Amino acid sequence: MDVVAKPDVTKDGQGATAGDGHSGGRGGATVHLADLHRRFGETRALDGLDLAIGAGELVSLLGPSGCGKTTALRVLAGFETPDKGRVVVDGADITDLPAQRRDMGMVFQSYSLFPNMNAMDNVAFGLRMRRMGASARRRRAGELLELVGLSKQARQYAHQLSGGQQQRVALARALAIEPRVLLLDEPLSALDAKVRVQLREQIRALQTRLQTTTVFVTHDQEEALSISDRVCVMREGRIEQVDVPAQLYANPATAFVAEFVGTMNRVPGVASERGVAVFGREVAVRGGTSRSAGARVDVLVRPEELSVAPSEEGSSVVVGKTFFGAVTRVSVLLEEGATVQVDRSSTDAAALDPGMIVTVTVTATEVMLADAPAE
Amino acid sequence: MAVAVAAGALAEELVTPPGRRRAGGRRRLRLWRGVVLVLAAIYFFVPIYAALRFALEDNLGHFSLAALSAIPHATGFMSAFLLSLRLAAVTMAITLVLVVPTTIFVHLRHPRLLVAFDGISLLPIGIPPIVLIVGVLQVAPSILKGTPYLLSLEYVVLAMPFAYRSLDAGLRAIDLKTLVEASRSLGGNLRSTLWRVILPNLRSALLSAVILTAALVLGEFTMASLDLYSTLPVWVVNTELLTAHISVAVSILSLLLTWVLLLGLSAFDRRQYKRFVAVAEET
Repeated sequence: MDVVAKPDVTKDGQGATAGDGHSGGRGGATVHLADLHRRFGETRALDGLDLAIGAGELVSLLGPSGCGKTTALRVLAGFETPDKGRVVVDGADITDLPAQRRDMGMVFQSYSLFPNMNAMDNVAFGLRMRRMGASARRRRAGELLELVGLSKQARQYAHQLSGGQQQRVALARALAIEPRVLLLDEPLSALDAKVRVQLREQIRALQTRLQTTTVFVTHDQEEALSISDRVCVMREGRIEQVDVPAQLYANPATAFVAEFVGTMNRVPGVASERGVAVFGREVAVRGGTSRSAGARVDVLVRPEELSVAPSEEGSSVVVGKTFFGAVTRVSVLLEEGATVQVDRSSTDAAALDPGMIVTVTVTATEVMLADAPAE
Repeated sequence: MAVAVAAGALAEELVTPPGRRRAGGRRRLRLWRGVVLVLAAIYFFVPIYAALRFALEDNLGHFSLAALSAIPHATGFMSAFLLSLRLAAVTMAITLVLVVPTTIFVHLRHPRLLVAFDGISLLPIGIPPIVLIVGVLQVAPSILKGTPYLLSLEYVVLAMPFAYRSLDAGLRAIDLKTLVEASRSLGGNLRSTLWRVILPNLRSALLSAVILTAALVLGEFTMASLDLYSTLPVWVVNTELLTAHISVAVSILSLLLTWVLLLGLSAFDRRQYKRFVAVAEET
């Protein structure tokens, strides 16, 4: 399924408006990746990718390894040339413009600070390339280092900085040139969990403050959902869905998105005239189903859309519990052999112990079916 | 009997605590290292000592500085020495101009060719000098034929394995692709990326390439001799037939010159590094 983004820009990238849960009045550039195709040998890295990004918006490209998200970013940066399609920024076609003339700041996955320069010189590098005077350059670089909280490390070299500090300097360096678009290629993936959370919050705060249009590539759904105005889920070079995080989670357009974003159970069901029968209850299927009545199907249900209760007539067994604070995730082994995760309040879950016979029911009014029919 | 001895040794091994066994192993390893070091030192220093002693003796075997003091006035010495220095400078320049961009290009654009380049770079070591000379003669610009600078082209081929490997190691030590892309995304063009980002981070590799090339040119005899040019090594060999003491004294000085050059370049590199660290530690 190829879903073209429905952003707050027109097809030629002009005219930002508010919408889809993000505020208007953005200061950055609009971006339109129009029908991008890129092959590497037999592999189709991009297969008709079409995405429009509003000014000042932060859009994450999310997907599994090899889905084409980094290729899309590199095409936008000018490091890859598309086989077909256009890159339009603020209405201007920049497909053939070399990377050094695109005015796009980029933070890379691997540490990319120039080892021969200290933090200050790294941040000032882009300004030097723009022939800014030495004093103005130093002042601006100092401001940017202060912005990322690294003024005291201005004269330190990359090898004297921690991974998190290096990525903050790289962020300051990318922002120093006042880029039209900020490109972030999995900048947090090499950092430990605590630093990763801190830095992503800092990136979001800075982006909101500076209103720079930002494209953030990640394979971490939590990262994408927490930081983005909109998330673009990709698969095999195509867009599966582009939407605000809440909609992506609550109303996934495809089974792939449903399973990729958040935790999803696959439970056995049987197609019926009006939907699907699952755990003895008939539930409507989102978007309808073409499966013939009586066909066995895999039903996709989120852990919070299931309920579990002790019952002597039940045919399922509690096999484990994971405490998450207010919520506890209960693992239940179904009669059919599948294990499902059920989220219950920790108070309710206290009554459920491993080995207990239980009944599982669906609380959702609408469910999705997995792509492949059940065996 | 042998079985009994072996059994005894095994029993002792089992009785000896592991800590003591490890300490014994370390002692034996240190001993072997010492033996190898002494043998290597003998191999290297005895000929140098013998040459130095010979250079500091007169014909009667008495200590004398006559050979050393006669060097500057020896016929043909200065011209041979200056020719070697000129050839070293020209060879280093051509080598850097050819090998640096090529190696960077291959690393950046065609990394799959690195394996082939590794093999090709070793060819000059395996090909006889006379073949290299004939090959270079075929392709050398006619303006260079008949001049000693033809030798520089031959030396460039000869120095390629060393220069290429130094630069290759330097490039493998940095994330070249990311650094270049970072520079480009910030507005850096090819020239500024090369001068401000790539070359400064290859300083040690470039120094190694230069040092090895210089050492090779200052010591190369075969090609210069076949081409009938009197470089320093050729002059040393020719002079040996007439005044052996002076010839050996020049050899010693040539060796010292190369050492001084190596030490100087290494010291420069260390000083740069210390400055780099000192600036950082001030903050």
